[in-house]
Amino acid sequence: MADIHKLAQMFKELDDQLVGCMRCGMCQAVCPIFKLSGKETDVTRGKLALLDGLASEMLTDPEGVNEKLNRCLLCGTCQANCPSGVSVMDIFLKARAIMTGYFGLSPAKKAIFRGLLKNPKLFNALTEMGAKFQGIFTKKVDDMLGSSCARFNAPIIADRHFNTLASKPFHKIVPELDTPAGASGLRVAFYVGCVIDKIYPQVGEAILKVLKHHGVGVYLPAGQACCGIPVLSSGDTDTFDTLVGMNVDRLKDGEFDYLVTGCASCTSTIKELWPHMYKGDSSRTYDIGVLARKTMDISQFLVDILKVEPKELAGGKSVTYHDPCHLKNSLGITAQPRTLIKAAGCDFKEMTDAGTCCGCGGSFNIAHYELSKEIGSRKADNIIASKASVAATSCPACMLQITDMLSQKGADMSVKHVIELYADSL
Amino acid sequence: MTKEAIIKEFEAIAGADNVMTGETDRHAYSYDAAVLDSVMPALVVRPTTSEALGAVTKLCNDNGLPLTVRGAGTNLSGGTIPHPGGVVVLTNGLNRILEINEADMYAVVEPGVVTAQFAAEVAKRGLFYPPDPGSQAVSTLGGNVAENAGGLRGLKYGVTKDYVMGMEFWDVNGELIKSGSRTVKCVTGYNLAGLMVASEGTLGVFDKIILKLIPPAKAAKSMMAVFPSMKAASETVASIIANKIVPATLEMMDNFTIRTVENFRGAGLPVDAAALLLIEVDGHPGQVADEAAVVERICKENGATELHVAKDAAERDAVWQARRDALPALANLKPTCVLEDATVPRSKIPAMIEALEEIAKKLDLTIGTFGHAGDGNLHPTILTDKRDKAEWERVEKGIDMIFDKALSMGGTLSGEHGIGLAKSKYLAQETSKGTLAYARRMKSVLDPKGILNPDKIVGAE
Repeated sequence: MADIHKLAQMFKELDDQLVGCMRCGMCQAVCPIFKLSGKETDVTRGKLALLDGLASEMLTDPEGVNEKLNRCLLCGTCQANCPSGVSVMDIFLKARAIMTGYFGLSPAKKAIFRGLLKNPKLFNALTEMGAKFQGIFTKKVDDMLGSSCARFNAPIIADRHFNTLASKPFHKIVPELDTPAGASGLRVAFYVGCVIDKIYPQVGEAILKVLKHHGVGVYLPAGQACCGIPVLSSGDTDTFDTLVGMNVDRLKDGEFDYLVTGCASCTSTIKELWPHMYKGDSSRTYDIGVLARKTMDISQFLVDILKVEPKELAGGKSVTYHDPCHLKNSLGITAQPRTLIKAAGCDFKEMTDAGTCCGCGGSFNIAHYELSKEIGSRKADNIIASKASVAATSCPACMLQITDMLSQKGADMSVKHVIELYADSL
Repeated sequence: MTKEAIIKEFEAIAGADNVMTGETDRHAYSYDAAVLDSVMPALVVRPTTSEALGAVTKLCNDNGLPLTVRGAGTNLSGGTIPHPGGVVVLTNGLNRILEINEADMYAVVEPGVVTAQFAAEVAKRGLFYPPDPGSQAVSTLGGNVAENAGGLRGLKYGVTKDYVMGMEFWDVNGELIKSGSRTVKCVTGYNLAGLMVASEGTLGVFDKIILKLIPPAKAAKSMMAVFPSMKAASETVASIIANKIVPATLEMMDNFTIRTVENFRGAGLPVDAAALLLIEVDGHPGQVADEAAVVERICKENGATELHVAKDAAERDAVWQARRDALPALANLKPTCVLEDATVPRSKIPAMIEALEEIAKKLDLTIGTFGHAGDGNLHPTILTDKRDKAEWERVEKGIDMIFDKALSMGGTLSGEHGIGLAKSKYLAQETSKGTLAYARRMKSVLDPKGILNPDKIVGAE
């Protein structure tokens, strides 16, 4: 372990960014974690002050700072609302990388990130095996939500209600694809993402159905790896570089106009974090830039490029929409998914606080389940209060969290990706 | 008592979860929004009941522990920076609205209630709580009262002190002191509630506050007027008031701020304009129409080159967005942003603006000026980088010069941000040596051990 003086030097590199925080405290108004705890260490201003304290060697407890730093969903709401325009996400990701460099990665994370994610074939094989045997360990809770819970006392699962691994992952249903442009004259690359592949393959199928309907050619190379957001938020920049490299090498040779995904987190990672955080082989830099520029959320592609419009007569099922942080805060995409729901002929019902985080936050949900659950529970209350029969969103991670929360409340409704609703209407 | 024993006592009063002693927790309460050095407290405690708040206050006094009460910590004058080794008492666990009385138009709140949330609850019941400090989305009512916070509506509706009807607070002995009433009229005893307003936590610890509510205006009209000089704009301000019109809001922005805001938002502001006035009149629809017409005429007579009257809510929002953007836009330019609130009589605004321009030029500083022209409360905002030692020295000199100038014009050190640590050294200059001695004598009797927010306002002895 490096000494604390060296750690301070590393944090000094963030000084130019940290100094931008004028400590106005306006982040307190929007932070989901601060809303629960009321603690200054849980809000961005406090975290930035702690990092600043480490950099100036006023603090002697990097472990304590690291613990506070990790109590964050990385939802980006503070950054989107910061009067001084502080690049909070950038600072936090870099700080986590510095901390991981200092403390090292936990053995469990090391095994998952470096053993599994870096090795998509092994990852696929293991999850497929898991899908076969999961019935032994889990039992069904709610058929409408498709949720299950642990059959035995299992600390990792706790009292979660979750969607189990798909019996047939998306990459088994559609291993690869390369179809010519149809009526639209356009071709897109489809980046699937882990959660759609392994838990919600029906979302992937819906995307292909919609693209086919609109005459869009699809380039879907086999062997796609994780987009890298889980490892980056744990500060594992080496694995991040490897994963980005693997994906770029798969995607760069295809000819396509746009790269679409059905996952808000993958979209914002490819679009913003690949070009910004990749420090690997520089021969890939150009391709990363091109891919980032071409990347779009599926609803954004359908509405902005293909000009899909709302149906005038909405007589369908009532649907509410939760804004994933990675679409709303990072990319400012809020209108297009709603348009798509209306284009599916659904009766749209806006919920209260649609734009507040669902509390998932990726691995935050694993490390801080109780906090995650409390935030998610409020989201579920707002969803139920909307009186819609379907809770739609644009991020499969949010779908997992919302399913858990609604299932635990015994809500009589289903959770869908907006693209599923639109595909069903075709 | 040993340190461990004292911590145990705090835990017994407020619960172990509400007592923070770790380095990271204490560091997170070592600062506020003022550009001042941070100071580590020894302990942070978060009482969640009125009784616990009283007991914490008494415990601090019994042990001679300096006590700094903190709401949201948005203070711009260092009022919530703790004393070295002292105790920070958080009020955000005391955040209940105890009563909103529609018939008698008042509310009773705990000090940790967030201002904007309170205003929204009041609005739901068809009433109005006018004070709207810029930080209202997070600031607490206790903090607003302790600082006598202002806002955009000060000109017509007054500031926080105009809405405090009464108060209950803890003295250092843990006695609950009551002053004021739920009635409009009340002359029972000393006006201690009035004394508490702007006392910045140096005289007592707020427990409950009774706030006056009023009926909201039925109509409002907003407009933006463009002027070829700051002089023309400030003469317009004087002329509007001289014509017996008191707008709800009357805000000014200088050319530097206009250009910065336009770069920030791109909303189509006139970047060549020397000054902008943002004006809103409110009241009964007939009165609003009359007053808006007079304001329009006065603007034109004073040389306004353009005048935009908002036609609907969206346009009205756009006018106020420009004003709300002023601080963030300026804050984006440089790492450090010193937001002052030197205030002068309205008639002196042109002279003050001129003085600010001279100070900026003389010391080679970047100063953007915007603010509440209607009440003379300007916000000269110095943009700098605190790490640049040479420039920072000039900034400190500039601040001294700004206050000298404001005081020489019959103005005041602070329109709404408070004195705190940042301006205590100028206090005698605005008042008198005798005033400072009187204030210190009073404090020494009410707080003999000097535990209540030491060094704030009256400074260190």
